Amino acid sequence: MIISYQGLNEVSGSLIALEGVTGVGYEEQAEIRMRDGTVRTGKIARIDGDRVIVQVFEGTAGFSLENTETVFRGRPMSLPLSAGILGRVFDGTGKPRDGLGPVFSDCVRDINGSAINPVERVYPRNYICTGISAIDALSTLIRGQKLPIFSGYGMKHNELAVQIVSQAKIAGEERGQFAVVFAAMGVKNDVAAYFRRCFEDAGVLDHVAMFLNTSNDPIIERTVTPRCALTAAEYLAFDLGMHVLVVMTDMTSYCEALREFSSSKGEIPGRKGYPGYLYSDLASLYERAGMVKGKNGSVTQIPILTMPNDDISHPIPDLTGYITEGQIVLDRALNGKGIYPPINVLLSLSRLMKDGIGEGYTRADHASLMNQLFSSYSKVQDARALSAVIGEDELSETDRRYLQFGQAFETRFIAQGQHESRSIEETLDLGWEMLKLLPASEMDRLDPKLLAAHFGAGD
Amino acid sequence: MMEEQRNVVYGVNGPVVTVRDTKSFFMQEMVLVGKERLVGEVIRVTSRETLIQVYEETTGVRPGDPVEPAGVPLSVTLGPGLVGDILDGIERPLRAIAAKDGAFIGRGAQVGGLDTKKRWETHVIVSEGEELSGGSVFAEVRETESFLHRSMVPPELSGMVVWTAPDGEYTIEEPIIRLRDVNGEEHTVCLAQKWPIRQPRPFRERLPFTVPLITGQRVIDSVFPIAKGGTAAIPGGFGTGKTMTQHQLAKWCDADLIVYVGCGERGNEMTQVLDEFGELIDPRTGKKLTERTILIANTSNMPVAAREASIYTGITLAEYFRDMGYDVAMMADSTSRWAEALREISGRLEEMPAEEGFPAYLPSRLSAFYERAGSVTTLCGRRGSVTVIGAVSPQGNDFSEPVTQNTKRFTRVFWALDKSLAYARHYPSINWLDSYSEYEPDLAPYFNARIDSHFGEYRRRVVSLLLEESSLMEIVKLIGADVLPDDQRLIIDIARVIRVGFLQQNAYHPEDTYVPLEKQFRMMKTILHLYDASRALIEKGKPASRVSESGLYEKLIRMKFDIPNTDLSGFDVLDAEIDRTVERLAAQ
Repeated sequence: MIISYQGLNEVSGSLIALEGVTGVGYEEQAEIRMRDGTVRTGKIARIDGDRVIVQVFEGTAGFSLENTETVFRGRPMSLPLSAGILGRVFDGTGKPRDGLGPVFSDCVRDINGSAINPVERVYPRNYICTGISAIDALSTLIRGQKLPIFSGYGMKHNELAVQIVSQAKIAGEERGQFAVVFAAMGVKNDVAAYFRRCFEDAGVLDHVAMFLNTSNDPIIERTVTPRCALTAAEYLAFDLGMHVLVVMTDMTSYCEALREFSSSKGEIPGRKGYPGYLYSDLASLYERAGMVKGKNGSVTQIPILTMPNDDISHPIPDLTGYITEGQIVLDRALNGKGIYPPINVLLSLSRLMKDGIGEGYTRADHASLMNQLFSSYSKVQDARALSAVIGEDELSETDRRYLQFGQAFETRFIAQGQHESRSIEETLDLGWEMLKLLPASEMDRLDPKLLAAHFGAGD
Repeated sequence: MMEEQRNVVYGVNGPVVTVRDTKSFFMQEMVLVGKERLVGEVIRVTSRETLIQVYEETTGVRPGDPVEPAGVPLSVTLGPGLVGDILDGIERPLRAIAAKDGAFIGRGAQVGGLDTKKRWETHVIVSEGEELSGGSVFAEVRETESFLHRSMVPPELSGMVVWTAPDGEYTIEEPIIRLRDVNGEEHTVCLAQKWPIRQPRPFRERLPFTVPLITGQRVIDSVFPIAKGGTAAIPGGFGTGKTMTQHQLAKWCDADLIVYVGCGERGNEMTQVLDEFGELIDPRTGKKLTERTILIANTSNMPVAAREASIYTGITLAEYFRDMGYDVAMMADSTSRWAEALREISGRLEEMPAEEGFPAYLPSRLSAFYERAGSVTTLCGRRGSVTVIGAVSPQGNDFSEPVTQNTKRFTRVFWALDKSLAYARHYPSINWLDSYSEYEPDLAPYFNARIDSHFGEYRRRVVSLLLEESSLMEIVKLIGADVLPDDQRLIIDIARVIRVGFLQQNAYHPEDTYVPLEKQFRMMKTILHLYDASRALIEKGKPASRVSESGLYEKLIRMKFDIPNTDLSGFDVLDAEIDRTVERLAAQ
């Protein structure tokens, strides 16, 4: 049923109010036609009797109380889908912006999706080899995982995301089963162009669907961009059986858009002005990763967020960390030393790796090596702190060995080229090489067998 | 009589639906909203309007849609069929929903709480003429191989048995006995009963805390123990291992039944529990862990209003099984998500916020919830308990935020998870300086009588060594460990053995994942034995470095893996080796 109304009763920020409306449902899609023929999209945000509040994604610039006509579509906001979305570029609300005309659609889906029933999920176990040592060895990415990159302004998160996307493909399945969905929220035009160029260079452009809301696009549109992208990803994964990697950048812009929208609705703010439902809202995005029983495909998410002022306790990284299955944290000090990728391995974590590594997945010695590297590298920090106070010369022999180990670990193990892809064997062997810089007596996480195998004599 | 008034939706704002011009609803009444019959609950009644909180997504709900009162408060069905199942926040079985809707959860799924078709082998244990009161057991049902379900007379009923069904197979809705009360009225009692989730189930009296909940986790049992019927909080930022700790407790603690509430957490975690518990064997019964577990899942992307209800659904189920005389442990992961759900609903109601946007009634809700834990004499005269272990996810890892602070007020064990320990991969990352257990004095007699009369004393010595270490570390951070006098270096070395060898526990190691109390005690004893022996050595003027060169520390650190749980004779060997080594060093 399509109902149309002339004029408005109120315009405030991105919200418009209409009175005398009947027969419309909560969160239903609206189209607002202006006199000059342009059409904007909106969604019902609140109903009180016959008064309806609509959130307009493209903003309300140019609206008066008389120059618009509002049409309610009788269904929630949805996205037309088919295999033809690959290789296409869309705007933040899922309309084509590459001039190639509309998508011939096989089906139309509600962009809000539905929660996956926990009993129907498949627990993710297959690891994805990214070719990046710091990730593969210490925060292994698992197919169906949601693993965000916590970064800061000016650090190389985009390069890292591109490297993961282009190298993960090589180790993954055959071409036909692989797809990338890229959602840009409030990123600069040149960043969007950079991603496009890199996908082109890697020869995967025909397997990529891009949803772009650049920083000069309307803010409210940004709140639906990731939902459109994830709806496309779920379709590719669960209807077409593809392994989909979703890159979403920048989640910080998304949350800020949400805050702006929330305050324009006059809602009670939570921490730092973000709405109290920020956790639920982010969860409704991040939880759309995973695998389900009886389907071949998977949705793996790599959201990127820039931590305001590099503060990991800021609500955005904080709530993200509570929802996602780990995080990869970039470090400004490492970045300053010229180390790429500047991954702070101690703060980084992959919650799913424990079941996806070891015999039959990566290599039998992986878990022990990982524990020992973490333990040893965390002691490097103590040795460095001590050396800063009493000077390197005063350190004990063991502490000096720790400093050497720390240096080598950062410049040889963590650091690698932007196009360098290390196999899992190379990465693990390199890890053992690093550990051998330390005396055998410092190996507190290795069992005697491994100790003997790698350090010769041992009890 | 007037024609029955038809109530319709007036407004919609997120999960809150408004109905105008009606006086027919009562507070906390269950209602069905819209054509899809979404389940909701009345949360505010004024002369102008009634507000309903809906436990499902309200997308598509329109003004004019019907609103149907159920006439009863939001309740759960209690009876056989719960154990081993996975339910959503308002007790709908997720497996049945999956069979109906497939991989994604649909809305308004009209699936009842319990399977009404399944027939249970029932043994009636009362006979005609017997006087029964509320809470008396009248029948027994073998619910799973290892779990005996005791069916009880609903608490508000009592009377004389006038009829019993013969032993046989019955559904949960078929009559099993009939009672005649003092007014001569007859009541039919079947295997299932209903109970409103927000009302605590009655019991005869509270009992003191005397028995620990044994978890097999050293830092918990030996250092910060929890009593059966007690309350504990596990606060920790993301990545500190809250969920991991909860899973370990759910797997190994010696409760008869586990109610595990995944409240606003990750979907994959619930799947993991389902998979893992379906394979793991309960060491006490030899049966699968799922046979003593009830899972309640409201993952973070499931409707927020049902998150608020899931905690109450969980505790109501726990109380029901407590009333049968069982020790029940309820894990809630995480109570912060529940508090956030309260905040979100409160915001939609435009209530005046208190701290950080949380409603002013947050502390009273928290205390009312934790007070439902306890060790009690049940109405039928048995002993039962509900232990509540609530995880807290402090915003920004800041323990001064309202949920952590208020939880701390109403729980008596505080296991503070520490980010820096987690970064160093020290698990469980329970910080020994910030954590505490108020049950320790209550439980000391149990440990001293059952395990060893020195248990309490050794525990205190271990804790004080750790405290001494932490103050010494302040100095070490500034000038290095080399300059410390020998007796202080020894404390640092022994504290390292305690931290790495005793407090750290590997959940993935078959021998270390669960450690019996006897072994925990012997580990403490051996570590303290080395300390005493080395100290005597130092007092004789021998340098502390000799002990560290002897390799004894490394042996003690590895004793948790090297000495099997079933054969503790390795400790005698180790103690003797310590004596020999120290003797040799003293002679040098």
